[in-house]
Amino acid sequence: MDKLLEVENLTKTFTLGSVLSRVKITAVDNVSFFIKPAEIFALAGESGCGKTTTARIIMGFEHATAGAIIHSGKKEARNEKVWFTEGIQAIFQDPFSTFNPLRQVERYFFETIQNYKLAKTRQAAIDRIDAKLRLVGLSYEDLAGKYPSEFSGGQLQRISIARALLTDPQLIIADEPVSMVDASLRMSIVNLFKKLRDELGVSVLYITHDLATAYYVCDRIAIMFRGDIVEMGTVEQVLMAPKHPYTQLLRASIPEADTARRWKEEIRLSDTEQDEYLRQGCRFAGRCPRVMDICRTTPPPDFEVEGAQVACHLYADTRLG
Amino acid sequence: MDNTILRTEALHAYYVLDVYGKQKILKAVNEVDLAIQENEIYGIAGESGCGKTTLLKALAAAVEPPLRVMSGRVTYRIAGEEVDVATLTPEEKRKLRLEYIAYVPQGSMSVFNPVARIKDTYRDFIESHISAGSKAEAFELAKEHIVELGLPIKILDAYPHQLSGGMRQRVTIALATLLKPRIIIGDEPTTALDVVVQRGVVQLLKDVQSRLKNTIVLVTHDMGVHANIADRIGIMYAGKIVEEAPTEKIFGAPAHPYTQYLINSLPKFGDKTPRESVPGAPPSLANLPGGCPFHPRCPHAKEICKQEMPGFTQVKANHRVACWLVGEGQHGQAA
Repeated sequence: MDKLLEVENLTKTFTLGSVLSRVKITAVDNVSFFIKPAEIFALAGESGCGKTTTARIIMGFEHATAGAIIHSGKKEARNEKVWFTEGIQAIFQDPFSTFNPLRQVERYFFETIQNYKLAKTRQAAIDRIDAKLRLVGLSYEDLAGKYPSEFSGGQLQRISIARALLTDPQLIIADEPVSMVDASLRMSIVNLFKKLRDELGVSVLYITHDLATAYYVCDRIAIMFRGDIVEMGTVEQVLMAPKHPYTQLLRASIPEADTARRWKEEIRLSDTEQDEYLRQGCRFAGRCPRVMDICRTTPPPDFEVEGAQVACHLYADTRLG
Repeated sequence: MDNTILRTEALHAYYVLDVYGKQKILKAVNEVDLAIQENEIYGIAGESGCGKTTLLKALAAAVEPPLRVMSGRVTYRIAGEEVDVATLTPEEKRKLRLEYIAYVPQGSMSVFNPVARIKDTYRDFIESHISAGSKAEAFELAKEHIVELGLPIKILDAYPHQLSGGMRQRVTIALATLLKPRIIIGDEPTTALDVVVQRGVVQLLKDVQSRLKNTIVLVTHDMGVHANIADRIGIMYAGKIVEEAPTEKIFGAPAHPYTQYLINSLPKFGDKTPRESVPGAPPSLANLPGGCPFHPRCPHAKEICKQEMPGFTQVKANHRVACWLVGEGQHGQAA
């Protein structure tokens, strides 16, 4: 199978506390997944699940404690910075802090062109910028000479995407790209990812806590909980028929815009995150409605259940080969 | 029988700013008529910058410069009598807070003093609202209240940073409801939270409301939360309520083009049909378009929409909408 980006046994530990009361937190624990060409892959979970840390390691902002990032079959890819970042570009959550308010927005475009030597003349650069902006429904004229404050959040996010497209990347890493965008404009950004996938063959690593948009736009999804991928498969498998008790809880907790489906039963919340990170066996054992003895002592391996990958002892009979 | 506990009449609240010697006016609340009933959960939905937080400030009698109430009034019904908020003295307003009306904000980190334990914050709250004789008693009450809401008692000894965001938000709600207020105002109380925690907080709000039989005014942009908890919803756009109806009607039969877009753009599980955003961008409150403020984005805009703001048309009982496409647009009063 063709793999554009592969993440292999990625682990990242952070140390918390002072010298005397040191606690090691494994923010990302032995995480493996891959992204195919022209695919939108979601890495989803709640805050503190390790999804952003994973993305930051892929982008090179953090160093992994262990594990590898493989881009187009090259394992040492991370060291060849220019080649690597030309293929992988990123957009971020808050469009207002992405751009320096005192700097004209077009400067960012020219800077990227210079960094990657994408054009020889100013006119060629403008042509390239204009072509990319047209992909997101804007043009160079809309942008020329303007400052970030002259755009709305939705526009700035589309400008970010156009900037990322300058290098013709194969993969765009989007960290919570719509969570700061108004509800009425959100779908215009999400639809853009679909368009990039279908028309340009660009893959997107879509990092989000919003499972409803993930279902709408993504092909495959991995659900993370306290540093582990607990369930992975197509969005149909994972979100329409969740197997892991955590995914089931998460899925049932999404407020749906449907008055016929209000929440009925009560749920339990964890008091602190730290306890769950430090748990010996399955990290969800403290809150799991179907907890067994083995869950408290042994971390569950991955099992294959109806085509999806699930890390839960409940599925021990259907062991993955 | 009139059950209205909180009413606004033609309320206009503007920010009057002085920008380099030039006066700049932001029309954040622009003619709003609300009649919020006793024992209901009233949801206010809208995008950022539509004036929903400003409306809450006016409802909570927390209007401070540069915000000014230009015209119209806000009335509370206290012990069967309508009281105009503008006539209250600062001391009376202070007394009403927590005892009659409580406010739950979005960022709960700024509610608590970061260097004081939760119980000290509780003590501060209690001391400023309950007379000296019953302080120890009141503190016992606080403990009972926390247990009643299903929170662990040990949080009283914790510092705010030791609690998770969801726990902090639940403690904020516990604090806000300690004196059994008749009205709770929530400004995006679940927005910064994870979905599972959000569900817990919504659960707590519902519990409190059914126990105290009081009223909640809930502002959030998350239509899913509204669908789950609100009895009635007002849709706010550019400082105006453009549609108001029971929750089932807002989701099932929205009448205003903006509401229709808002509802139809929500992604649903098991349904991958392409969804469209509302075209264009929300207007600036400092520079509102003439006529209906939605007309530049509305695909059905007619000539009159650019000229004149439509009044409310009563589509059904309890369902009113301000749009020229629906009915003749006579000025109706709040239901």
